[in-house]
Amino acid sequence: MSRRIVPIGPYHPLQEEPEFFKLIVEGEKVVDLEINIGYNHRGHEFIAQKMTYEQIPYLVERICGICSNSHPLAFVLAVEDAAAIEVPLRAQYIRTIIHELERVHSHFLWLGLAGHFIGYNTVWMWAWRYREPVLDLFEMITGNRNHYAMNKVGGVRRDILPEQVPLIEKALDEIETKTHMFTKAILDDPVILARLENVGVLPKEAAISYGVVGPTARASGVAIDVRKDDPHCAYDRIDWNIIVFKEGDILAKTKVRLLECLESLKIIRQCLKQLPEGPIENRVDEIAPGEGIGRAEAPRGEVFHYVRSDGRNSPVRHKIRAPSYMNIVSNEVAVKGYSIPDAALCLAAVDPCYCCTERMVAIESGKVRYTGKELIELSIKKTEQIQARYRK
Amino acid sequence: MKDIRLWGLKKSPWVFHVAAASCNNCDIEILAALTPRFDVERFGILLVGSPRHADALLVTGVINRKTLPRVIKVYEQTPKPCLVIGVGACSCSTHMFEDSYNVVGPYDKYIPVDVYIPGCPPKPEAIILGMVKALQKL
Amino acid sequence: MNELAVKLQDEILKKFPKAKIFKHNERRLYITVPKEQIYDITYFLHKEKGLRLSIATGIDTREGFEILYHFSQDKTGTFFTIKVLIPKDNPNVQSVAPIFKAAEWIEREMYELLGINFIGHPNLKPLLTSDDWPPDKYPLRRDYE
Repeated sequence: MSRRIVPIGPYHPLQEEPEFFKLIVEGEKVVDLEINIGYNHRGHEFIAQKMTYEQIPYLVERICGICSNSHPLAFVLAVEDAAAIEVPLRAQYIRTIIHELERVHSHFLWLGLAGHFIGYNTVWMWAWRYREPVLDLFEMITGNRNHYAMNKVGGVRRDILPEQVPLIEKALDEIETKTHMFTKAILDDPVILARLENVGVLPKEAAISYGVVGPTARASGVAIDVRKDDPHCAYDRIDWNIIVFKEGDILAKTKVRLLECLESLKIIRQCLKQLPEGPIENRVDEIAPGEGIGRAEAPRGEVFHYVRSDGRNSPVRHKIRAPSYMNIVSNEVAVKGYSIPDAALCLAAVDPCYCCTERMVAIESGKVRYTGKELIELSIKKTEQIQARYRK
Repeated sequence: MKDIRLWGLKKSPWVFHVAAASCNNCDIEILAALTPRFDVERFGILLVGSPRHADALLVTGVINRKTLPRVIKVYEQTPKPCLVIGVGACSCSTHMFEDSYNVVGPYDKYIPVDVYIPGCPPKPEAIILGMVKALQKL
Repeated sequence: MNELAVKLQDEILKKFPKAKIFKHNERRLYITVPKEQIYDITYFLHKEKGLRLSIATGIDTREGFEILYHFSQDKTGTFFTIKVLIPKDNPNVQSVAPIFKAAEWIEREMYELLGINFIGHPNLKPLLTSDDWPPDKYPLRRDYE
């Protein structure tokens, strides 16, 4: 059977960001995948060497719009590790609250996009509609819906005022009911289960060999989570669980993300109850020479920042590694053997964030070219075929 | 003939979204404008899958060397008259990426931009206002 | 420091006597080894001890190119960072990509941004820069203009 190449990208409505996948297909099955990235590379590590420690959180926040809090958090943790800076307790709790709220908003965003790819536009609209209360909370606490700029070296920039706390708790109750609704709706629907179950399986050995992190790893049975392994902020003072499934398919990834939202709400509630009085920052005037590593658990996995300082205002070297860097390559394994609509869904299930991956910085040999609309139509057609089976 | 085309464009502009090395936040806010709280579909604004069906291009991001030829190609494929709306601070100027070795933007160096919507990211209300201003310009 | 981490530290010293260990704090260790031993120590840490390679950083310093391989011991949350120094006039080091796939993209990035050659890498070509980027310009080197 002859091999054809199906290019996906670089401009494609299935993926919001430009990146280029070459699916090599025989008949209907995908046999290989080539990934070509570099469309988002802006040179953050290069620019960071010219900016001061006060300016870098602003730069680093704009690596990615969705994990906008994780990168500055990991960066300030790296600097605090290098220079042995103490952070006041209240600031640590506030950092935890913002970090977990970001996780909720990111998982809802992913849920909406995944629903859109399968053809369930209602899931998309509802998931994003119930994401809005989270963004309102951000606007109330930090002043912006995204890019909140809460972390700085030595503490946080803004405080949570006592009169905001009951409003936050009320919003959390609403989000919790909606998460339960989504979980029940998705896990009860036989068509969604047929599309997601046993599709895009990433076996545990591959997960370890490719070094995947985050929900992608936890859905394949690898129980790693930076918040438990290397606790920072207030995570070791709060009672919560890691969610791990072992099937490795897209359904497992969905379940991990939905149940993690519930855990996040649990963490935020405990933080609000335990929020101690005190200062919100420890003023730092100089960063001593040294090197430090900071990591945080972004919604997609472990974000890693390494900083080397020699006493000046700017770092000598700032290395950034986003979770999607490790997760996207694992698509090579997860996509093989499935049909084209399934492959397109697998690529999205890893929750790729290409702007994070490339922070640092169209195929013609096949005769058939699928446009973006055709790929979504293929995916929706498959869902309709499955639906027809159930209607009989 | 031109008036009929413009009338069609004004009443229901179909947009194609072009992201060239953006942090994705503006893209998320553009999609958020389609969701129930802001719901621009009631104005007839629809996101299409191909630049050949588009009346307006929503462009985001600073352009980098790899995406530049593709951005120009997308602009050429869009049937004229078309509006180009720059969303976010990155598309208006190179924002803070000026020193980078890989950044070649902003957009108005290569394609004519009609409306600039500043903000990082601009709220969906600002994006809607920007689209309305662009349509009034016609 | 956690006992598992202390145990691993002792095993490294026993197996690689030329290694110099610097303890920055309870969960951050920096271990300098001669560059010829990088393949063996990576194999030991990943295959035998189950550590995960988080990322590798390349730095252009006065003494040469430093590569730091950051291994995470997830059970204890400790980072064992292996440092090797490579001379600038001969920037070659053995690739660890044959041991596990995660290293492929990591080494490709260091190759294109710093110009370090990884011997034995299955697919050493640029990852992030554009096709028309000049092949002898390395943006993260100190002398780049």
